[in-house]
Amino acid sequence: MTELVATSPGLFPLPDWAKDRLSDLKGHQKHDLISGDEGGEIAETYERARTEVVDLQNEIGLDLVSEGQLRWDDMLAHPLAVHDSVETRGIVRYYDNNNFYRDPVVTDDLTFDGDIAAELDAAAEETDSLQAVLPGPYSLADLATDEHYGDEAEFLDAVTDFLVGEAEAFPDVETLFLLEPSLVENPPKDGVDEHASEAIDAVANAVDADVVAHPYWGALDEKVYAHLLDADVDAVGFDFVANQDENLYNINEYGATDDVALGLVNGQNTLMEDADAVRERVEWVQEQTPAADFEKAYLTANTELFYLPYSEFEQKLRALAEAASAQEVKA
Amino acid sequence: MTNENRDQFRPDDHPNDNFILTTVVGSYPKPKWLDRARDLYDDEDADFDEDAWEEAKDDGSRLITKEHERAGLDVVVDGEMRRNEMVEFFADRIEGYEFKGPVKVWGHNTFDKPSVVDDVEYDESWLVDEYEFTANVAEKPVKVPITGPYTLASWCFNEAYEDDAALANDLADLVNEEIEKLVDAGARYIQIDEPALATTPDDHAIVGDCLERIVDDIPEDVRIGLHVCYGDYFRIYPEILEFPVDEFDLELANGDYEQLDVFTDPEFTADLALGVTDVHVAEVESVEEIKENIKKGLEVVPPERLVVSPDCGLKLLPREVAYEKMEKMVEAAREVEAELDAGEIDVGRGAVSADD
Repeated sequence: MTELVATSPGLFPLPDWAKDRLSDLKGHQKHDLISGDEGGEIAETYERARTEVVDLQNEIGLDLVSEGQLRWDDMLAHPLAVHDSVETRGIVRYYDNNNFYRDPVVTDDLTFDGDIAAELDAAAEETDSLQAVLPGPYSLADLATDEHYGDEAEFLDAVTDFLVGEAEAFPDVETLFLLEPSLVENPPKDGVDEHASEAIDAVANAVDADVVAHPYWGALDEKVYAHLLDADVDAVGFDFVANQDENLYNINEYGATDDVALGLVNGQNTLMEDADAVRERVEWVQEQTPAADFEKAYLTANTELFYLPYSEFEQKLRALAEAASAQEVKA
Repeated sequence: MTNENRDQFRPDDHPNDNFILTTVVGSYPKPKWLDRARDLYDDEDADFDEDAWEEAKDDGSRLITKEHERAGLDVVVDGEMRRNEMVEFFADRIEGYEFKGPVKVWGHNTFDKPSVVDDVEYDESWLVDEYEFTANVAEKPVKVPITGPYTLASWCFNEAYEDDAALANDLADLVNEEIEKLVDAGARYIQIDEPALATTPDDHAIVGDCLERIVDDIPEDVRIGLHVCYGDYFRIYPEILEFPVDEFDLELANGDYEQLDVFTDPEFTADLALGVTDVHVAEVESVEEIKENIKKGLEVVPPERLVVSPDCGLKLLPREVAYEKMEKMVEAAREVEAELDAGEIDVGRGAVSADD
């Protein structure tokens, strides 16, 4: 029987009161966005908001609790956007969404920062089921601009080393979600696909936790998928909201990791899935992949959750938690 | 050469033989007192009722319409003083939409992204009151900007329709109904705003289908423009030339006309409404600089098919900067016309030099 584990890819919306408060405290322009050295009332507001989303997940009964990444103004580009060796320049589109982030331009060596570890340290005091979230190395390199390393492969290595250093500083976490939408949105070419997989492997090995590599906004090209299976990750994620057929094809054709993450709840639509619908989708995936025998399935939203209004975000998490708590699904 | 559809907006006392129509895309910075009035109206404890709020909006609309006329524009709008946001305003008036809370756009800029929870239906008129008021106070012709169905469909949560195309089609029928009412009220110049097309250019066929529905039964001589901004135009050109519109309003100043060549091959067959001042730069361009930008348009179309406007809505600029950009743009257009009259400008690709 497949163990069902309710979780999420993180990057939550701020509670509405925190949206208002931070908008007043920080402002609306490019230079008002997070710098990484915030203090005073801004830091206190984020702490209060973090406690609120951690408490919410505890109360809901989510199996893995995310810190929420509420400070990530630049979404997945955040770890670079707050780095001293990075200049944030123009506002650029975040994938195909009506969302924008500051273009992080790397102008010097990507040394250790510790920004993400500090967030996790704070959250670790409030839960025993902490899940870390990081951009995958390929996606982070893809979202950034390099003006220092000069070579695409070298830049990916530098971003990878940086993420390895950040991950090594984490407190004890149960899982690490590596979000890799760029593997779908801007797939690596021949040769780079193998390199992207090695980069994920390196970051995965930096933590003593279960690691999920989660691509989304569709299915991976089969070659990219095949390479990803070579990485030492415990689970690969599948966005079944955006694409069903090709994800099933990949699983049936190439197999999968022993554990999988199933993106079954739409992180970008206010239309609600209830727990029954989530469970039906789990069963459907299992029926459609007869040769697979998953030990563990992480039930999750397909994408980050900041796209949703706060109350809808909350309901989505509730549906996932309830679906996983009813352990009746047969392998 | 004449262009009757465009030249219905030519002023009787136009000073030059050549005519390059000057207008704006739509939004304009709101006067600070209007923002304060809105806060008062939202504040339950304040003594500021519905009538006071309506009066404030009327005052804002009148003021900005006149401000546009003072800048010398040939076709004016009221700066969208009654509208809060380009999707919210319409979603609020269309049956089937619901608001569930603010979502992030970037940083701490949020937007009340609506959800479509049921079939969309036409209820109250969206813009007829706004048009009638503006036309009544304006001495110049008035243009009506209206958010297009594709953008209204894309920039919401679609809970009720199978896909965004189905939703956009239904919305296009509602836009058509609204335009019919506007035309009945006397409107002659409608601009459909479809910024979402720039983010998902592969959907240009959906936008084309929507436009066919929008113009259905609208008289030929009503001018229909399409505004698209901030995207890779090569991904939608030349396909957009098939769209049933008179004019394409394009943002090109912000990118220093790097994308201008896209529109020269194959030949641009519609009227071009060219962005000639950058709305994302708070410095006012000089008349000379704007003239050079206008001449870029002459590399794509002859003067009788050229319209000039700022790249996009001016609402994010300080009001005095917005005003000066309009005023200098009009001055630049009049000077280019005079130079055309005097034969000092050759029209056509690579031939916009003042000295032969």
